[in-house]
Amino acid sequence: MSDLLQVDNLSKTFATGRGLPWNRRRVAAVDNVSLSVQRGRTLGLVGESGSGKSTLGRCILGLAKPDRGQISFDGVEVQALSGRALADFRRRVQPVFQDPYGSLDPRWPVGRSVRESLDCFRIGTPAERDRRVLDLFARVGLNPALADRLPTHLSGGQRQRVGIAAALASSPELIIADEPVSALDMSVQAQILNLFLDLQQDLGLALIFITHDLGVVKHVSDNVAVMFRGSIVETGDTERIMSHPRHLYTRTLLAAVPRPR
Amino acid sequence: MSSELNGSIASTRGRLPRRSSSRFMIIGGAMLLALALIAALAPFIAPYDPETVDARRVMNAPDFLHPFGSDVLGRDVLSRILYGLRVSLAVSVSAVAASLSLAVPLGLLSGYFGRWVDTTISRSLDMILVFPAMLLAVTFIAILGPGSVVTAIAIAVIYLPILARVMRTSTLIVSRNDYVAGARARGASHLRVLASHVAPNALGPVIVQASVLSAFALQLEAGLSFLGLGTQPPTPSLGGMLADGREVLVQAPWVEIFPGLAIVVAVLAFTFLGEGLRQAFDPRGVAE
Amino acid sequence: MSAVLSFGNVSVGFATPNGAPSAPAVNGVSLEVTRGEIFGIIGESGSGKSTLANAVMGLLPGSAAVTGSIRVNGRAVLGLGDDDLRGMRGNEVAMIFQDASASLDPTWPVGDQIAETLRAHREISRRDAQARAIALMTEVGIADAASRYSDVPHRFSGGMRQRVVIAAALANDPQLLIADEPTSALDVTIQAQVLQLIDALRRRHGTTVLLITHDVGVVSQLCDRVGVMYGGKLLEVGATRNLLARPTHPYTRALLAANPADARRGTRLPVVPAEWSVESLREAELLRDSPSLAGAANE
Repeated sequence: MSDLLQVDNLSKTFATGRGLPWNRRRVAAVDNVSLSVQRGRTLGLVGESGSGKSTLGRCILGLAKPDRGQISFDGVEVQALSGRALADFRRRVQPVFQDPYGSLDPRWPVGRSVRESLDCFRIGTPAERDRRVLDLFARVGLNPALADRLPTHLSGGQRQRVGIAAALASSPELIIADEPVSALDMSVQAQILNLFLDLQQDLGLALIFITHDLGVVKHVSDNVAVMFRGSIVETGDTERIMSHPRHLYTRTLLAAVPRPR
Repeated sequence: MSSELNGSIASTRGRLPRRSSSRFMIIGGAMLLALALIAALAPFIAPYDPETVDARRVMNAPDFLHPFGSDVLGRDVLSRILYGLRVSLAVSVSAVAASLSLAVPLGLLSGYFGRWVDTTISRSLDMILVFPAMLLAVTFIAILGPGSVVTAIAIAVIYLPILARVMRTSTLIVSRNDYVAGARARGASHLRVLASHVAPNALGPVIVQASVLSAFALQLEAGLSFLGLGTQPPTPSLGGMLADGREVLVQAPWVEIFPGLAIVVAVLAFTFLGEGLRQAFDPRGVAE
Repeated sequence: MSAVLSFGNVSVGFATPNGAPSAPAVNGVSLEVTRGEIFGIIGESGSGKSTLANAVMGLLPGSAAVTGSIRVNGRAVLGLGDDDLRGMRGNEVAMIFQDASASLDPTWPVGDQIAETLRAHREISRRDAQARAIALMTEVGIADAASRYSDVPHRFSGGMRQRVVIAAALANDPQLLIADEPTSALDVTIQAQVLQLIDALRRRHGTTVLLITHDVGVVSQLCDRVGVMYGGKLLEVGATRNLLARPTHPYTRALLAANPADARRGTRLPVVPAEWSVESLREAELLRDSPSLAGAANE
């Protein structure tokens, strides 16, 4: 079974404010990263701030242009895509973001946000789209009557469910979730994690779960990649990494988790 | 962490009433509406023709027939103020509107695309900022000749970089939100994202700024007319009336005072509206 | 009785714009923190834990109405005037928050900010205050403190800034340190260091600590006793090890079970029952503020 997503030697740098305009010093946010994700499996991408995990996620989604390297989705190289082929890729790879406030347009009723990909990709008739929105609400455990509410009138957990529904609208095969539960209370976080597990089981979704929380990553991921300062320092099966970490940074990370004395 | 973790203190934030902002907006809006109506209906409600000279009534004090008195040429001051308001409002509002119509797209493009687009647009607009407003206006008039239309064009150009900069800043803030990236990932083109997500959320501050600048535009027009460079006689203009009235300030103060008051009222109206808008949009509405 | 801090049936309510009575943010909380212990208060959104902490130092907004009694070292705090409160803050009681940047003036050198806390509460020369500030910075683990004295906050990393804030808080040797989510905004490796620092400092100086957090792990590592809050109420209190191992209240049990770190991989985490959910608190708040939303029942 070929990999659904294959990333090879990806690098992305940013210009810092220092230096002359044509010769600015660049910092590597992502430094020669390679990874792969199989169909229906979850890859946990773990790192602290500045590790480059979010930037990597954006590159894979096509929201940031890498400087070097290759991203292949279902065997097709992503960077070369444009027009219809690019739209097709977008349809099949969807994001879920962290911030329950900034991830939804504050002026749109949430139902409209969920419908957005259907509108942009022109999937189905308008009536079919509205029906699908209600289906999606049910699937993520939201009362369909909430579809007309503005984001400010929902709780953090509800907003995150909306974000997940919006990601599911175009029936993607891969979801890239960037810190999807980090801003939620623990009890709400548990519900959203359950939702991810259920969705993966029901829909066969592949998932890249970006987080800084080791407890979370241990719970949802099949495989884990640990990032530090732009590079992947260790990767492998979740059980193995959590119980027998090899890299010094991974061990430091695991040791830092607060535990009873 | 969710802001809800800050407990009830954060949740009361959404509940504090914005009463003072609506008071400002209502007062300012009402004043402007009244002024606009008066200005529009000037031909119908002005008791006399503003340009009719009457040698018998030169510098007559205010009385029942002429509530604001007559000026040096015997013209009715009230009628002249009504017509002058027309010109002042028309010039200031059209100038700011024209400026906005260019500033909004330029600011959007600058803030959203950044890099060379931003550099090009911002540096070009900065060149306008180099010149003091009055100097720029006078230069325009020197090249294109005096008059209301040229004044409006000059004011529009003067305020273009200011409004574009405000639009650019709020665009930058709004563009950083995940829903913008999300829209792109969900297949929206740049144009669609700009029109349906960025612009509606970013327009707040520039609208506020525009209403504040309208107040200044009014003063600018009055100032230019005062110098004889703006609206040309015999068309009545508030600034021109100030200039005429200066010479007879001691003998016939009403010729100077009433046009001055009219300017003050109009400026206050714009300022109240702008302040109300500013309070209504700040702090939760736009800046995320 | 060596209770450094005591709450006696404390309730905090906030005025609402439409005059409707609001659910109290803190509802009849009574507890005592004894000298030298680290007492943790754990809770989710809307639990009132931060409101309770802010009430001690008089940091609540004007719209807050506080009833009950709060005593620091036996002295009633609620009726105190501004001058007395100011004398207490940074002196007997110090407080640190989640975001260190918000507590520091971005334009002042950090050393001066620590020195200022010293000079606000005691007669001390500028030079002595400076020397003491450098000593404090060293004690909290800022290397090369003498040369970093004149650096402004943004030249420090997040963890370092939090250390600066801790140094300022401990400058006048307070008897009580209130820490409201002090490490929630920090990376886990930095968090570990800062927590260790807080523990070491309180042992060395005998400071009593009230630690507000949402993180059960932090509580289990650091706190001698812990109280659990939900919806403004204090549900249970006990020694940390006992409470975490054998929670009596259904909410505590559900909250602890919801921690993914302890669950088996790939299994569904148990869900907190609706009557103890954070979402129902939020929905009640929304419906109270915007009655027009009624008609969409909770999920």
